[in-house]
Amino acid sequence: MPEKDSKQPVDNSRRNFLKNSGFALGGLIVGGVIGGSLTGQKEATTKEAEKVVEKPVDYNKALMFFNQEQFQTTEAAVECIFPQDEHGPGAKELGVAYYIDHQLASPWGINAKDYMQGPFYKGSATQGMQSPLRRAEIFTIGLQGLNTYSQQKYNKKFAELSEAEHEEVLTVFEEGKEFQLTGTTTKEFFKMLRSLTLEGVYADPMYGGNKDMQGWKMRKYPGNQMGYAKDIEKEEFMTIEPKSLHDHMGH
Amino acid sequence: MATKLPKVPVVIAGMGWSGGIIAAELTKAGIKVVGLERGKGRSTADYYMAHDELRYAQRNEMMQDLSKETITFRHNTKERSLPMRTYGSFLLGDGLGGSGSHWNGQTYRFLPYDFEIKSKTIERYGAKKIPEGMTLQDWGITYDELEPYFDKFEKMAGIAGDQEQNPMVGKRSNPFPLPPMKKTPIMKMFEEAAKKLGYHPYTIPSANLTDIYKNPDGIERAACQYCAFCERFGCEYGAKADPVVTVIPVAQNTGNLEVRTYSNVTRIIHDGKKASGVVYVNTLTGEEFEQPADVVILASYVFNNVRILLNSKLGKPYDPVAGTGVIGRNYAYQVQAGKAIGFYDDKEFNTFMGAGALGTIFDDFNGDNFDHSDLNFLHGGGIRVAQTGARPIASNSVPKGTKSWGKEFKSTSIKYANSVITVSTQGANLPYKHHFLDLDPVYKDAYGMPLLRITYDFEDQDRELTKFLAEKAGEVLKEMGPSKMQVSGELGPYDITPYQSTHNTGGVVMGTDPSISAVNRYSQMWDAENVFVVGASSFTHNSGYNPTGTVGALSYLAAEGILKYLQKGGSLV
Ligand SMILES: Cc1cc2nc3c(=O)[nH]c(=O)nc-3n(C[C@H](O)[C@H](O)[C@H](O)COP(=O)(O)OP(=O)(O)OC[C@H]3O[C@@H](n4cnc5c(N)ncnc54)[C@H](O)[C@@H]3O)c2cc1C
Ligand code: SF4
Repeated sequence: MPEKDSKQPVDNSRRNFLKNSGFALGGLIVGGVIGGSLTGQKEATTKEAEKVVEKPVDYNKALMFFNQEQFQTTEAAVECIFPQDEHGPGAKELGVAYYIDHQLASPWGINAKDYMQGPFYKGSATQGMQSPLRRAEIFTIGLQGLNTYSQQKYNKKFAELSEAEHEEVLTVFEEGKEFQLTGTTTKEFFKMLRSLTLEGVYADPMYGGNKDMQGWKMRKYPGNQMGYAKDIEKEEFMTIEPKSLHDHMGH
Repeated sequence: MATKLPKVPVVIAGMGWSGGIIAAELTKAGIKVVGLERGKGRSTADYYMAHDELRYAQRNEMMQDLSKETITFRHNTKERSLPMRTYGSFLLGDGLGGSGSHWNGQTYRFLPYDFEIKSKTIERYGAKKIPEGMTLQDWGITYDELEPYFDKFEKMAGIAGDQEQNPMVGKRSNPFPLPPMKKTPIMKMFEEAAKKLGYHPYTIPSANLTDIYKNPDGIERAACQYCAFCERFGCEYGAKADPVVTVIPVAQNTGNLEVRTYSNVTRIIHDGKKASGVVYVNTLTGEEFEQPADVVILASYVFNNVRILLNSKLGKPYDPVAGTGVIGRNYAYQVQAGKAIGFYDDKEFNTFMGAGALGTIFDDFNGDNFDHSDLNFLHGGGIRVAQTGARPIASNSVPKGTKSWGKEFKSTSIKYANSVITVSTQGANLPYKHHFLDLDPVYKDAYGMPLLRITYDFEDQDRELTKFLAEKAGEVLKEMGPSKMQVSGELGPYDITPYQSTHNTGGVVMGTDPSISAVNRYSQMWDAENVFVVGASSFTHNSGYNPTGTVGALSYLAAEGILKYLQKGGSLV
């Protein structure tokens, strides 16, 4: 194991990091983060934290966007994209469906920072997305489509299908030939589903997925460390205990 | 009605590298400057939670808000232009520091060949070598003339690089101010392989400081921590050269710079010969202001440099049919499709570590460093391995033929999570008569101004170049002994959806002939002597390198010209 900061107190503020790595600071500019005030806040909050002993409730696990059926359909779909296996948990256990729910409820879900003025015309694929629909709408239509198609083909809802059947349905959606959606395509929906799944597996746990950083642990990704200046030249592979953004809050 | 403000000597639109450098040089000389920046202010304090791949790398936290303004794109004049509704091919800077706050920091100088590309090509191969429709032209300045300004930029930024002169690039008057970046095992493997094949690899010149550094302006900054969250992220250590931690504070410390953020410049006021100021909108209140000035500087990146001129009806718009006019001429980009990916079955590398400008490159197939007599393309590109930090959402390469989701994908992507090396190529892009920028007739920005339209596609030149560079990259990778490898040398039509690079160039190109250039070597407009248009918009073509070293040098030269102009007036050439 590389330096697990054994000498260092729990506090991982940048100021301490730089102090402990024997790092001298330049005068003028470096103020902001390094001289930040979160260290001060820390002392008060640790005392607070000591009082709480039970495992805290994860209040993040609730829905901002999906209804229950949409949530279940999403859970089944993401698990098929990134299933549980000998490496570790699948997308369902990692909380990816919560992640997607939260993203669709966010400004990103309504394309707040995209150019959404008309007129809308279909262009060549290499001209990029040209739909007036928002991401949250596309995803909702796609989920509905998964159920409609599953009913037609298997007489069941998507969430009730077997693993093999999930794969069959998603393959049809990925190929985008057999089944039509209104306003979007199964292909477009599938692309979004796949990239949201990977994001939910690997984004910082703050966003609702990557439960307990297990997505990172599976691939030996150390999350966000302060830096690797001391290790960057090393020949051997280094497995480093991951850190999340939460660790930087100093409590 | 716009509120008219008191006149100032100099007004700058855009506070990235170009605007920041000019602001520093002018204010140090005692000139009062107003810097108008459409985005917000920034400081290193904003980056406390910066190691967040989703927020910064996937959702482009630091980039221009496209709901307010974007560009439109078509492959050719027959196609309908459509807006870039969401980010893909390139990212647009916004806010104090512009893209300089979230760039990688790979800092090159264009080659001596680049600045005299037309003459040198004809000299070596004859005029017939230049294909029909390729509007190759010299820059009106030589490498040797620009060398002192490269040197100035590098000293200001604290560029780190190998201390010995590389034989494949222009001669340096001074060594790099700082020693090179540290070498990772992957960089060593690449270096060894390239040397074995007879090439001349060197450490990528880097704007990530390799040591504590005090620059000639007296700014002292901390060294890079190899934190692996660099490109698309701000540097919380201030170790990455960024206008916000270098030139802008220098200008502010003189007391001569007034930065106005949330100030979006819409047009230049002029009488056809000279400008008298600019009009801008306060983006928070919607109020419009007129800022009169003796000198107007556009430093608002390639796209808005062109757009503001066209919306102001200043300079002669380019006409692609006749090939006349200059504003919008010679738009070019970068050719990056060629690459070789290696998968290692029994080796893991610390690819999750890295820095924005960490890597090794060779230029044996860049510029005219090799004989093109029997090749059906001109110029070339850099071949390199970079270790910028493989982040898990974006880094899920699997060998060809692997399914892209499900059981097989999961286990294969995890197996290779730390076992992939990519040798990539960065090819030059040469200008064509039918690649240009103009105003879109349909789509508008949030302030009612027409958007800029790009008409552009890849050509056979680019396809041949891609194939050639990919092959060379493959040969090097093979020497590096991967268990499996694949070479991609195919180039389709230009696709605006996947990220390629933010290396857009041209539109207000420099030169000595006003019929084919819009500005002279000082970035001074031929058609309006008190308007200076600064940035990669001056490039007559794009080289096989990242652009910012050359943008920086041209900005220092422009600053010198502006100071002269403020004293004497008139055309500087
Ligand atoms: C992710 C990324 C990585 C990169 N890596 C490298 C690299 O390694 N090496 C390299 O050489 N280059 C790199 N680049 C490119 C580099 O960032 C640019 O070349 C450089 O920053 C350009 O500087 P500029 O000042 O000309 O433009 P910008 O940095 O774009 O600054 C322009 C400024 O003008 C402002 N502005 C625009 N329009 C208006 C208006 N109408 N009114 C007022 N203000 C306006 C913008 O908000 C912005 O702040 C990278 C770019 C990106 C996005
Ligand atoms: S890699 Fe270095 S320069 Fe880049 S953000 Fe991290 S510490 Fe700063």
